[in-house]
Amino acid sequence: MTDTAPEPLAPDAAEAQVRAVTPGSDNSIIQIDPAQVKIDIRNVDFFYGKGQALKSVSMSVARNAVTALIGPSGCGKSTLLRTLNRMYGLYPGHRATGEILFDGEDILGPRTNLSLLRARIGMVFQKPTPFPMSIYDNVAFGVRLYENLSRAEMSDRVEEALRKAALWDEVKDKLPTSGLGLSGGQQQRLCVARCIAVRPEVLLLDEPTSALDPISSARLEETVTQLKSDYTIVIVTHNLGQAARLSDYTGFMFLGELVEYGETGAMFTRPVTSRASDYITGRFG
Amino acid sequence: MALSAARIGRRRAANAVFVGFCFVVTALALAALALILWSLVAQGVGGLNLKVFTMATPAAGTPGGLINAIVGSVMMCLLAMVIALTIGVLAGTWLAEYAGESRYGSMVRFLNDVLLSAPSILVGLFVYEILVAPFHGFSGFAGSVALALLAVPVITRTTEDVLKLQPTSLRESAVALGTPFWRVIRTVLWRAASSGIVTGALLAFARISGETAPLLFTALNNQFFSWNMAKPMANLPVVIFQFALTPYPDLNKLAWAGALIIAVSVLGVTIIARIVSRDSKPS
Repeated sequence: MTDTAPEPLAPDAAEAQVRAVTPGSDNSIIQIDPAQVKIDIRNVDFFYGKGQALKSVSMSVARNAVTALIGPSGCGKSTLLRTLNRMYGLYPGHRATGEILFDGEDILGPRTNLSLLRARIGMVFQKPTPFPMSIYDNVAFGVRLYENLSRAEMSDRVEEALRKAALWDEVKDKLPTSGLGLSGGQQQRLCVARCIAVRPEVLLLDEPTSALDPISSARLEETVTQLKSDYTIVIVTHNLGQAARLSDYTGFMFLGELVEYGETGAMFTRPVTSRASDYITGRFG
Repeated sequence: MALSAARIGRRRAANAVFVGFCFVVTALALAALALILWSLVAQGVGGLNLKVFTMATPAAGTPGGLINAIVGSVMMCLLAMVIALTIGVLAGTWLAEYAGESRYGSMVRFLNDVLLSAPSILVGLFVYEILVAPFHGFSGFAGSVALALLAVPVITRTTEDVLKLQPTSLRESAVALGTPFWRVIRTVLWRAASSGIVTGALLAFARISGETAPLLFTALNNQFFSWNMAKPMANLPVVIFQFALTPYPDLNKLAWAGALIIAVSVLGVTIIARIVSRDSKPS
């Protein structure tokens, strides 16, 4: 991984000055134009029982863009992602404080309808998780929860989702067969199709290619690139090259804090903080 | 560094001894099973004829069959399995998905394990006390309840185990679509765990279909054909038990035939259920 990371420009005296900026100070975290903000995370702390996994994280996620979260294992990037659809609610003792405004509405509040929230914010996981049913039923699964479509409408919806996930051509002749019979990469794209069939506004991708071979990964990346125009996408990845290729904005996390957040191009060529610089150049992590 | 020939030789010998030992032990276990099956078939087939499936149990010296006992057993086992599957699958699901490590959950889990190894005669006596004595009568219903009590812990345990084997990511990805959790269980988890749950149900069925002790105190027996589950009901295990103890060769023969019928039906149901669950389970 370190071999593929782009080398930052050689630091001169002035930049070395800039790098001394403490995490969280003004120029290490960019502000997105308020009109473009889809999700606004404000001072979010997260606790697993007694342990704290997120420390006062504040960042805003831009609409119809890909935002990547990078950082060493255990830095809290997956936790932050799972806070956005309140997946942590499945586990007793896990709690988040602070505010997460989704189109202006605080989703951390007790009144949030979790099912509706999760229908609007879809998620794809590290390992492909097709349900034990046919390919067609996998894609239709989420749609059936919320909409009463006729048979023809449902078929259209399934096809549309599979096309968007770049899987249609491979499975169009075997829709009634089990989703478990697909290859790993196809299963993962099936999960993407299942997710977008519900027509969410946001896609959360939690290391979606880490269990895939390079060719399948490349396919999935293409899919993500194509989806960008319609969805707000947040992706957690360990693959720095992937973050650099896919994302418009990148957040670097370390020990539960958002250390640096900026436009991807700038982040990978001129990181502001020394920690982000060290991570990106492969000096640690 | 190459291994010396002597060391390779020793390893080969050790390997051969171990494999040989495994083979002999397996053969011993299978031989016992084969002997049981052989005596069952040898003695049972002679007793099988059309009368077994058309006539009720006879008095000694008169012609008769086992139809009342077969029908009674089938009815009681079916009802018992319906009761036990309902309670067992729901209880197992609760233990796996909702109870967690809570005190109440641990208690239920522990008691279920105790019940799993409870002597069946105790279960019979228990049902006698609560369903037979107060109503002054043995009945097929009481028999079903006793059998269900024996099947519930098996099904509860296997259901909990197979649900816990399902990956967390499967639950999470269903929840992430906005699926209410009860629906995740019904449409995803039960389906993913179906072959395991079927296995549990089969184990339970195999266990109760040969149980005699709990039925002695509950369904008793009935010499005549009857569909009425509110009355004493004939059943294969008790008939086998009684007929095997009589000095009359014709009744002994019927007992052997009954034992063969139980063995073959358990085998048949197991095979059918395996095929069905394999077909419904995606490859």
